[in-house]
Amino acid sequence: MELLLDSLFNGVAIGSVLLVAALGLAIVFGLMGVINLAHGELMMLGAYTTYVTQLIFKLPILKPFYNSYIIVSIFLAFIVSGVVGILLEKTIIRKLYGSPLETLLATWGVSLILQQFVRSVPLAYGTGLVISLIIGLFLPTTFPPKIKESINFKYFKFSSWILAALTGVLTGSVISSTVSKLSRASARNVDVTAPSWMRGQVEILGTAFPKTRLMIIVITLISVVAITLFLNQSAWGMRIRAVTQNRQMSDCLGISTEKVDIITFGIGSGLAGVAGVAVSLLGSVGPNVGGNYIVGCFMVVVLGGVGNLLGTVLASFGIGIMTDLIGAGRLLSIWPDMPLTLSNTINFFATTSMARVMIFALIVIFLQFKPTGLFPQKGRMVEN
Amino acid sequence: MSLGKFKFDKKIVLSFWIILIALIIAAPTLLPVFRLNLLGRYLSLSIVAIGVDLIWGYTGLLSLGQGIFFALGGYCAAMYLQITSSSEFPNNIPEFFALYGVEKLPFFWEPFKSPIFTFFAIWIIPALVAGLIGFLVFRNRIKGVYFSILTQASLLVFFNFFNGQQKLINGTNGLKTDVTQLFGQMVGSEYMQRIFFWITAILVIAAWFFAKWVVRGRFGNILIGIRDDEPRVRFTGYNPVIFKTIVFSIAGGLAGISGALYTVQSGIVSPQFMTVPFSIEMVIWVAVGGRGTLLGAILGAVFINYAKSLVSEALPASWMFIQGGLFILVVTALPEGVLGWIQGDGPRNLLQRFGLKRKIETYPSLEVNNKEGNNE
Repeated sequence: MELLLDSLFNGVAIGSVLLVAALGLAIVFGLMGVINLAHGELMMLGAYTTYVTQLIFKLPILKPFYNSYIIVSIFLAFIVSGVVGILLEKTIIRKLYGSPLETLLATWGVSLILQQFVRSVPLAYGTGLVISLIIGLFLPTTFPPKIKESINFKYFKFSSWILAALTGVLTGSVISSTVSKLSRASARNVDVTAPSWMRGQVEILGTAFPKTRLMIIVITLISVVAITLFLNQSAWGMRIRAVTQNRQMSDCLGISTEKVDIITFGIGSGLAGVAGVAVSLLGSVGPNVGGNYIVGCFMVVVLGGVGNLLGTVLASFGIGIMTDLIGAGRLLSIWPDMPLTLSNTINFFATTSMARVMIFALIVIFLQFKPTGLFPQKGRMVEN
Repeated sequence: MSLGKFKFDKKIVLSFWIILIALIIAAPTLLPVFRLNLLGRYLSLSIVAIGVDLIWGYTGLLSLGQGIFFALGGYCAAMYLQITSSSEFPNNIPEFFALYGVEKLPFFWEPFKSPIFTFFAIWIIPALVAGLIGFLVFRNRIKGVYFSILTQASLLVFFNFFNGQQKLINGTNGLKTDVTQLFGQMVGSEYMQRIFFWITAILVIAAWFFAKWVVRGRFGNILIGIRDDEPRVRFTGYNPVIFKTIVFSIAGGLAGISGALYTVQSGIVSPQFMTVPFSIEMVIWVAVGGRGTLLGAILGAVFINYAKSLVSEALPASWMFIQGGLFILVVTALPEGVLGWIQGDGPRNLLQRFGLKRKIETYPSLEVNNKEGNNE
């Protein structure tokens, strides 16, 4: 029983990282039919945001609040990755609408640039750049409608971008002069240390669970609940669901599909940022950190189908539990006296990398029976 | 996309061939060994690019997993070379086995003692694997982005498998070929490298003609039909699954040949051939050269790799930026690739823009019909 609980917890922990990472990917894929290969790099940005937040909270002014930095960094990571995602949508993805394969390649290009960016630009100036992006993109939307509708709005927009750039440079240089670790570019991995209240273990039903893992499960739970509420209760959520079901009809009924695209892509990317916070708690953070998770996310999307968030949830926990069962060779401890050939086979697959091999094989077999995933979108089109 | 609309003058084509053959014969004496070796490697990469062009440019299947077949071909060649030159090591098996305490040759190494088996295995094994993966995926009408990410996942699966099995195929260290012997000669020697260069050059031309033969006639038309409107092909009575599987395994076989040639010229095959970035790079060679042009794939592979080595020697950090920018640029601004742009209306439009050439006046309807029904 204890063993089973342990195994279940491990599986849920693996699955919840996958889930929070795949959630954004699944929403965007459901809406636009676009697979964002830069999703892993948006996660990386989230992880680096956690690192930067941690260092800034070590400054004397913010030192008393140091223990709460992880909560702050969840919101910051959401905003940072979300803004980069919105920029990506506005500049590249919108132009490639209707050609998903081209989008795939373009987003791969973006991911290369982002990876090299964190390697060769000091994080302080990277922070400055992101801050100026946030201001430049959002300041114009806060103007009163009278200004927005006037012909001179472009000048207002232009001046807000100049303001944004100035703020960015200013914050960048302030951070680089105060936090020495952020002032130089480095390709080396960095470490995020959890605050003291998150270290150690908790005992539940006689089994010890690490607190960071529990924290990740909590983050995932909150994200899933928030997204479900947003999609099902808010007006924009309803519009997003409408466009996901039938884009042309929604367009005809007066929903601004352009805005829906931007909002969805922003939220999807923001969720990648939140996933980045979770990932940063598990190990060191480097430019390639997203790549370790991204293919797992794709598998979740393929397995879960695009029609329903429940599919994503089930798929990620399924993959998580299977990874633990196969990768740690738990079947052997549950059923110790199995035939020798079977136990040899199980031992052969009982490593993390071989478990991936096995799970992929299982997914391909599953797709033979349900080619469009657990919860396919119903329709009468030839395509889909 | 306009395919083969633009024809070069016959004299130009003939002189192109004469110059090309002269260059291939002369290259080993003109270039220093290091550069010759690089050129030979890039030429062998252009064979895998031809395969990518067949499946992506003509059939519309974007595979992000060509590295699997590339590496399989490389491993086949390397296993043969390792076995034939293992007579001086204990137990007559390749040296690395001793490191892991393996005394008996794993069973799947046995057939690679035969050169004839290896010769066929280099292209048949990757083609069979590709055919199997392709069939299982296409059978369920999985296509588009789903297909791409499934191929990428299978690439990662193969990478994990080869990376983790030290006792079977030396895991992450890979198999070295440059210190092995072939026909009594060291594979890494200058003499053998020159011969490999010629073999590669001949095979590139052969692969090009083979691919041209594949896309000619009805088979090629069906491939293009699948790319442009698969349901319509199905409704016309053809079974796209068969055609897609065949063309995917052809591309796999070409990748295998390419991998074997690349391995003997680079001196090692390792799971690094199956990393995700390398397989996506193969797509960008074709995209830059011009998809659906075949020649563009060859030129793209050679020139981009050459540029990569030049840029990486001078400014190592900037190549990632350039490559990333290239992906975005070619997809948004130059979707037909360089050769497609030249063969199409590109140069004329450019000249018109600067007012150097008069605009051809046509009826609007004529312009629409001229696009050969490929306008989506």
